[in-house]
Amino acid sequence: MQANPTPSQTVSAGPAPVQGFWATRRIVLALIAVALVGWSVTSLNWSWLANPKYQALLLQGAWNTTWILVVTMVLGMLLAIPLGLAQAAGPWWLAAPARAFCGLIRGTPLLLQLWLLYYGLGSLFPSIPWIRESDLWPILRQAWPYAVLALTLSVAGYEGEVMRGAFKGVPHGQLEAARAMGMPRFTIFRRIWLPQALQRVLPTLGGETVLTLKATPLVATITVVDIYAVSSRIRQDTFVVYEPLLLLAVVYMAIAGVIVLLFRWLENRVPQRTA
Amino acid sequence: MIAGAVLASTLDLLALSPPGWGATLLTGLAKSVMIALGAFGLGLLIGTLGAYGKLYGGPLARDLLAIYTTIVRAVPELILILILYFAFTSSINNLLLSWGFERIQISGFAAGIVVLGVVQGAYATEVLRGAILSVPSGQIEAARAMGMPPLMLAWRVTLPQMLAAAIPGLANLWLIATKDTALLAVVGFAELTLVTRQAASTTKAFFTFFMAAGALYLIISILSTLLFARLEAWARRGQVRPGTS
Repeated sequence: MQANPTPSQTVSAGPAPVQGFWATRRIVLALIAVALVGWSVTSLNWSWLANPKYQALLLQGAWNTTWILVVTMVLGMLLAIPLGLAQAAGPWWLAAPARAFCGLIRGTPLLLQLWLLYYGLGSLFPSIPWIRESDLWPILRQAWPYAVLALTLSVAGYEGEVMRGAFKGVPHGQLEAARAMGMPRFTIFRRIWLPQALQRVLPTLGGETVLTLKATPLVATITVVDIYAVSSRIRQDTFVVYEPLLLLAVVYMAIAGVIVLLFRWLENRVPQRTA
Repeated sequence: MIAGAVLASTLDLLALSPPGWGATLLTGLAKSVMIALGAFGLGLLIGTLGAYGKLYGGPLARDLLAIYTTIVRAVPELILILILYFAFTSSINNLLLSWGFERIQISGFAAGIVVLGVVQGAYATEVLRGAILSVPSGQIEAARAMGMPPLMLAWRVTLPQMLAAAIPGLANLWLIATKDTALLAVVGFAELTLVTRQAASTTKAFFTFFMAAGALYLIISILSTLLFARLEAWARRGQVRPGTS
């Protein structure tokens, strides 16, 4: 029983499956996939890809999507660590607001949060004189600060909950041993608690990064020019309906694949417990 | 005094009768909830079939299901909604035209349910597959040994026992479904988020309306969390709790 990963193999009385990845059905599937790609290359309309204007726009959009993803993940995690710590070990006057924040972020759609920040703050700021006269105003007039803020808060809310579980999951003995050795509290956190919590959270974090990637196209609704906005623009300019969307799906799948590989590599680098 | 006046005018904006936008928001909420219910139900159906297909299906079915769940989980929902929304409506019309019928206008409502249901189905497949695996194999073997037909086995043994393990994941999926309905705003379907933006940009009271809509979404998420907690307690009613025996 234990040698079989799925119960089906203990049950099915059919012919034994061909061993290895390249079984007959896989070859057929791959041929169908190649045929589909060939068909879409030859009979769909890709002429817009040859336009240098759109090529530059697509690169620009891909770059914007990537940096927004990286910046919001990093900033969001930096916020999530104190949020998780406050919920896992903080006094109630820190834990309660942290829990309320996570509940608020996780309970409402990101699109709503984004529009609240962009349209709400965007309509409030021009009416406050000292903000309009400050040096930050040229930046605050653009859309991307609101996109980064909304995505960062969203990542912080979801990852705060993940970090809470991770901090709680670190064995008590580790912290007690450090305390018994007379380690200062911040050193315990920096050397023992945080590294072990992050190690636990690494597999989850890869999936969460893909989820954040999938949330980034929403920023196009507040006029940030990410790759999704570029494809919408191409669709509007050229009246080509499906092809830019297909390209978009492929680009997102490629980025998601890179993220998964990156986190697999990171996980392998982190020393595993052997005992 | 001024704060009181502002509050009063804000509440006027949210009033149910026509000068206020309360009724519009509630209609949007009702549409959101109905789409979420439909998508969740369709997702459960696809997920159950998908989970059984992944566990007990032939090698080809498993490969196809793996392709389905991988693609849906790697491509942003917004893009899937756009692709499926256009593909779904135009392919139905093409079918109708080729059979000699008139072209029909497919409601955003039906298209929204189908599109979100297909997305939910991919996630539900994974949740339910894990839950079915958590049912002790002795239970299934015993039922088979008694000669139970497969459908009766699923209905009487596997599904009731996997429910307890599946409910936390399904609760999560339901919350995702309610929030994903907001994405239909981008294709122009008048659910809560789009209605809210229309109200806000008409009246320029952005904070009022977006916060009111946020409160409505929060109420749904809190109520459903409570409901799913009760449902899980009910599904676990036969199980021995660790530490009590």
